[in-house]
Amino acid sequence: MIHVSDVSKRYGAQTVVDGVSCYIKDGGITSIIGPNGAGKSTLLSMMSRLLPMDGGSVSIDGLDVTATDSKQLARKMAILRQENQLTVRLSVRDLVGFGRFPHNNGRPTAADKVHIDQALEYLDLGDLADKFVDELSGGQRQRAFIAMVLAQDTDYLLLDEPLNNLDMKHSVEMMRLLRRLADELGKTVVLVIHDINFASCYSDSIVAMRQGRLIHQGPPAQIMQPEVLRDVYEIDIRIEEIDGNRIGVYFA
Amino acid sequence: MASSTITPIAPAAAERATRAHPRGSGGQLIGAGAAIAALAIISMFVGVSDVSLPALLAGDQTAWDIFWISRVPRTISVVLAGMALSVAGLIMQLMARNKFVEPSTVGTVESASLGILVVTVAVPGAALLTKMSVAAVFAALGTGLFLLVLRRIPLRNTLLVPLVGIMLGGVIAAVTTFFAYRFDLLQTLNSWMIGDFSGVLRGRYELLWIVAVLTVVGYLCADRFTMAGMGQEFSTNLGMNYNKVMMTGLVIVSLISAVVVVSIGSIPFLGLIVPNLVSLAFGDNVRRSVPWVAVFGAGFVLACDIIGRTIRFPYEIPVGVVVSAIGSVLFLCLLLRKRERRG
Amino acid sequence: MNAVGNTASTQLPAALTQHTRRPLKSLAPKTWIVLLAVLAAALVATFMLIDLRGNIGYILPRRAIKVGSMLLVAYAVGVSTVLFQTVTSNRILTPSIMGFDALYMLIQTALTFAIGGQALLSLGAPVRFVIEVGLMVGFSFLLYRWLFTGGGKSLHLMLLVGIVFGVMFRGISSLLQRLIDPSEFIILQDLFFASFNNVDGLLLLVSVAAVAAVSGLAWRMRHQLDVLSLGRDMALNLGVDHKRSVTSVLVICAVLVAVSTALVGPITFFGLLVASLAYQLCSHFRHAYVLPIAVLLGVIALVGGQLVLERVFAFDTALSIVIEFVGGIVFIALLLKGSVK
Repeated sequence: MIHVSDVSKRYGAQTVVDGVSCYIKDGGITSIIGPNGAGKSTLLSMMSRLLPMDGGSVSIDGLDVTATDSKQLARKMAILRQENQLTVRLSVRDLVGFGRFPHNNGRPTAADKVHIDQALEYLDLGDLADKFVDELSGGQRQRAFIAMVLAQDTDYLLLDEPLNNLDMKHSVEMMRLLRRLADELGKTVVLVIHDINFASCYSDSIVAMRQGRLIHQGPPAQIMQPEVLRDVYEIDIRIEEIDGNRIGVYFA
Repeated sequence: MASSTITPIAPAAAERATRAHPRGSGGQLIGAGAAIAALAIISMFVGVSDVSLPALLAGDQTAWDIFWISRVPRTISVVLAGMALSVAGLIMQLMARNKFVEPSTVGTVESASLGILVVTVAVPGAALLTKMSVAAVFAALGTGLFLLVLRRIPLRNTLLVPLVGIMLGGVIAAVTTFFAYRFDLLQTLNSWMIGDFSGVLRGRYELLWIVAVLTVVGYLCADRFTMAGMGQEFSTNLGMNYNKVMMTGLVIVSLISAVVVVSIGSIPFLGLIVPNLVSLAFGDNVRRSVPWVAVFGAGFVLACDIIGRTIRFPYEIPVGVVVSAIGSVLFLCLLLRKRERRG
Repeated sequence: MNAVGNTASTQLPAALTQHTRRPLKSLAPKTWIVLLAVLAAALVATFMLIDLRGNIGYILPRRAIKVGSMLLVAYAVGVSTVLFQTVTSNRILTPSIMGFDALYMLIQTALTFAIGGQALLSLGAPVRFVIEVGLMVGFSFLLYRWLFTGGGKSLHLMLLVGIVFGVMFRGISSLLQRLIDPSEFIILQDLFFASFNNVDGLLLLVSVAAVAAVSGLAWRMRHQLDVLSLGRDMALNLGVDHKRSVTSVLVICAVLVAVSTALVGPITFFGLLVASLAYQLCSHFRHAYVLPIAVLLGVIALVGGQLVLERVFAFDTALSIVIEFVGGIVFIALLLKGSVK
């Protein structure tokens, strides 16, 4: 379970995240939604210890993220940011192999190889394993990074806008993949996402933020309501039920 | 968002300029001019030999000689060089539309020294005017090279421009050092690279009056440089001959740099910090800021020269050394200030 | 040069952050190491033995010290540059470009200014060196740590700040130099203009000891360094303490730069040249490969360059000028390549 307790972040006079508290229970997908500048990515960065917080605390499975040994956390939770520029030229296999670092400290064992192969296979990257990461297309690249955090073999997976720069086909593939990670491997996935309809169709729980505050949390059926969404986005969004999913219509 | 920021000739600057309208008025300019005159008078009475007001009033011939042969020419050249270099920096900033360029950050000064070196080696006894002309040609070529390279930076990345310029200057300086080393002229090279007014005497500084003329021309053309800085299409659209204006600017800046380097040596960062400080105080209205840049530049160099002459009396520290130390600190502040604002 | 417009994230120009071209030839890194080592050894042997006439008992030890200092400088510059580029996640910043060696010169000047040249000399090379390196570590810590530990700073800003740092350190040094008594200044000048031709044997020994110590630290960090080359966020995700690693690397660099600057004075672009070429040659990211290649390239460049300049062109102290020239051009090319995609 992830427990976020009264977390805040300020830049000068500006408060970006303002006393956010929430529980994210184990298993399933939790999506964090909200307009630009709501503090979604900042919150995720603090949850994953990439960014120090100015107040409050976050614990994952009872481990306080600011106090726990970083390597121990790295075996418990993995975080993937949206921008993953590599300075070095790596093959996909090498990149995925880095996911084993928290377990082997850079000295690979036979067990590590099994994990790496499994991750490559799970993301259907077998044929691309020996290609360089910078030779891949955007979708393949994203998959390679996901494979890396998968090889990290953590219970929790935090993803910052994983659909960024992906086209529709790749976005759907990515969301299905995350669903499988949650359903088949029992991982707890937390992601920041812009598209409310993807969030609605694939999440078990949605956290809605606005202006640094958490204003709603609940299952999609509860969040995908015109009043709630107006509260979050300040526009009128009609909700249609299509094939059992609640879809927000806001184009007209 | 845009980490590669575009030069801020933006609404903010304009707003700042209008808000600051009452500031920088004519009256204040006269006041500042008076302050500079006071500094200049102090400058005339600082030195090893005894030139005091009573001595002058008593008609002491030696005192008067020193006064006319050394002190007055020195003070005049300090004022002229300070004004001209600052205005040259401003012109360059307008043309490149970048606040961090000036003759010593884009290779102009280094090119001018290379020119002097070439002329010294090729024509050993060359007259000062010849040296100056060759230096000016080299300075123009070096600056032109920089402007060409600049065109290859499509984003007009504010920080990339001075980076490339400084490095270009470094490469040119390496060539110069190499040949100076080969021809055993390193010592001489140093005297061009470090600005020093101590050698200024009557009969050896008059070339500097050229820069006074150039500064006035620069003032008259200031608005055109601003427009040219917006780009070729922009200025052509306004019915301006882009190439001609850029050429004029290039010639003015190169000549000013060459004359100053030949007569007293390089004074780094002057053209960068003075216009920037003036713009902080009075905004970016070019027409109004040129006189301020000139006055402030003169005052700054006067002050640095007086510091250099008194801090280790009776030894003298070249003004180039003083300005370089103070100037680089101010440059750093400007850079980091920008960062905070963005942050 | 087709980065296939994939991730539109262009905080850093792509060419500065990644190789878009295949490395030269696809030789295995180990093969390169062997090849370069053979070449370097051959050059060192030539340098020692070429034109050996007269008082061999005098000439050989002198040449040995000279070669020894070149090896040490190549090592210090190669290692410090690669490590520095790893923790700052780019391939254009180097300790020298960021003003480290100017800082070291400033410390030397300031010490002379504060306690006097004679007093400084009477301390003897080892003590003096230890004091200077200590100050160097302290100041680089104060000045640079804030620049590198936070994320999301513009690369160009860091570069420009570093370069202006360098200019400022040099400016303040020369101001202080003028304030020092002329006789003291001569002592300082002797300290500064040490070239490969007059390296102090004792200083060389002290330097070797210092370099050995920090090398041990670097070697223990080698796996972490590989992870750090993925960038700050990724390294943190994988459980590497980014701040501590950056701090360690800064300390290592401060010592290495102090060593090379004390031995031969500042050579701004040497590290950039060696490291850029090493990345081109080495198809593998591991520091266990990149570091030896960078060091060997440095040895080849220094010993080979010195050999050519001395024997072919008959002037010797100009090597650093040639390096500045070529290095400056490479630097501009890297900058432009990064911006003109």
